[in-house]
Amino acid sequence: MTLDVARIRKDFPILDRTVRGGQPLIYLDSANTSQKPRQVIDALTEFYERHNANIHRATHELGEEATEAYEGARIKVARFIGAADETEVIFTKNISEGINLVAYSMGNASAGRAGPARFRLGPGDEIVITEMEHHSNLVPWQLLCERTGATLRWFKVTGWDGQLDLSTAGDLINERTKLVALVHQSNVLGTINPVREIADAAHAVGALVLVDAAQSVPHMPVDVATLGADFLGFTSHKMCGPTGIGVLWGRRELLEEMPPFLGGGEMIETVHMERSTFAPPPHKFEAGTMPIAQAAGLAAAIDYLGEVGLDAVHAHEQRLLGHALTQLAAIDGVRILGPATPANRGTAISFEVDGVHPHDVSQVLDEHGIAVRAGHHCAWPLHRALGVQASTRASFYLYNTLDEVDALAEGIRQAQRFFQVT
Amino acid sequence: MQLESLYQEIILDHYRHPHHKGLREPYDAEVRHVNPTCGDEVTLRVALKDAGAEPIVADISYDALGCSISQASASVLSDLVIGKPVSEALAICGQFVTLMQSRGEAQPDEDVLGDAIAFAGVSKYPARIKCALLGWMAWKDATAQAMKDDEPS
Repeated sequence: MTLDVARIRKDFPILDRTVRGGQPLIYLDSANTSQKPRQVIDALTEFYERHNANIHRATHELGEEATEAYEGARIKVARFIGAADETEVIFTKNISEGINLVAYSMGNASAGRAGPARFRLGPGDEIVITEMEHHSNLVPWQLLCERTGATLRWFKVTGWDGQLDLSTAGDLINERTKLVALVHQSNVLGTINPVREIADAAHAVGALVLVDAAQSVPHMPVDVATLGADFLGFTSHKMCGPTGIGVLWGRRELLEEMPPFLGGGEMIETVHMERSTFAPPPHKFEAGTMPIAQAAGLAAAIDYLGEVGLDAVHAHEQRLLGHALTQLAAIDGVRILGPATPANRGTAISFEVDGVHPHDVSQVLDEHGIAVRAGHHCAWPLHRALGVQASTRASFYLYNTLDEVDALAEGIRQAQRFFQVT
Repeated sequence: MQLESLYQEIILDHYRHPHHKGLREPYDAEVRHVNPTCGDEVTLRVALKDAGAEPIVADISYDALGCSISQASASVLSDLVIGKPVSEALAICGQFVTLMQSRGEAQPDEDVLGDAIAFAGVSKYPARIKCALLGWMAWKDATAQAMKDDEPS
């Protein structure tokens, strides 16, 4: 299946606008947030214009329609990632909240009324992460270790080739390990990690596995069972959907045992002044009014990606990636962080330009209508490990073209000329 | 072209040849400030000197990693402020902050701000204002600490 990029681009109204004094927008910041197709924008509008009501508690026709839209989205998400059923799908506000949900639930299991043993942490227990994690899959575990006295350990990266150093796996993953949390596809390096291999090692010692799939789910078919995950999180806004909604998938038996995270309306079964009992999952973890219209928007995004075909998206991105890696490598003074070839790699390309700070690179690119990200991309420890203060990142999605890759390369050369480093 | 209004020649000169750079002794206070969005950082030292009614800024020395705007800004800051009484230096800092918040609308006073008027263009780029202010905020913080340490306890 091939992808007709000219036709795809017509679905994204924002790609028609100009920036910085009339220049066409070249949007290479999709790893940060993706643009939205008309189909998703229409789904949001239609929800608000036709079906808006609160869910689960409104005893009227609009309430039924809104509930159907919201719960229908849950079913769509479940099918999209190969969940056993929709009760394994928890809506959150983003993936950060999804990861925090697991971390705080484990913290709650460890405090006061002791929870189930496999979620309980204390001194001597270990959580394993990696050096290439986004702060979202790093800070919540630091905080959990501080609260419980558990120890945080991590896989290091091998260097600029951007691989995890698996030689330490036998030491890192041991009988003290309670949870291994790792990123499927790095938001900086593009590296796709061997999640299954690490998950199997974790399960062999009885540890749980949480996968940050924020950068993979938008770009390729992801199946939770194939990956061997116990929890998997992603966010709508990076996959053509609206902001404000994310997904945490968890295996049903785990979600049933886990203590709640946020307390409030809709997550309860019974409430007394002294104590409460809780709804079964997923509602146990969905306190308060949820992002209902956004769920309808996410459903539209899944439909959209389904119609285009994630295999076609992936194939298109591989072409862009191959061209971009070649073009960038051909520029003197440009060094790419992460794998140098498209194999086993996503479309986020971070790079250094000798003698020009990333902020200055991105400023010159912006002047030419090219939107990229500059900084440490919420992966400060990774940059430190590679000896890089910050980097510039270009990231591609289904609507990008080979011409835009060429414009990026030319923009980088202009930045070098402007700052007189060539 | 817009780029030249942002990156004025004065800014690029200070970036390529920063003044007063490097950490020096003696000093009364040292601070380290970072820009959490990009990891840019500055370590800055202030030395004050008693001169009658109020202290003057005897020296500013700094070590900085960062973009052209943040590097040039620290250089311009040290040029402007070294040798000034603290109250006058704080007033200059106040005017610079106002300029940065002006969204390109302010008419900066060159008599007060000197080379720093070149940063007027930066105020049109919200993402870069923090870069321009990094050294200034570090200096203000270090000066406050130096003044506090100076008070009889």
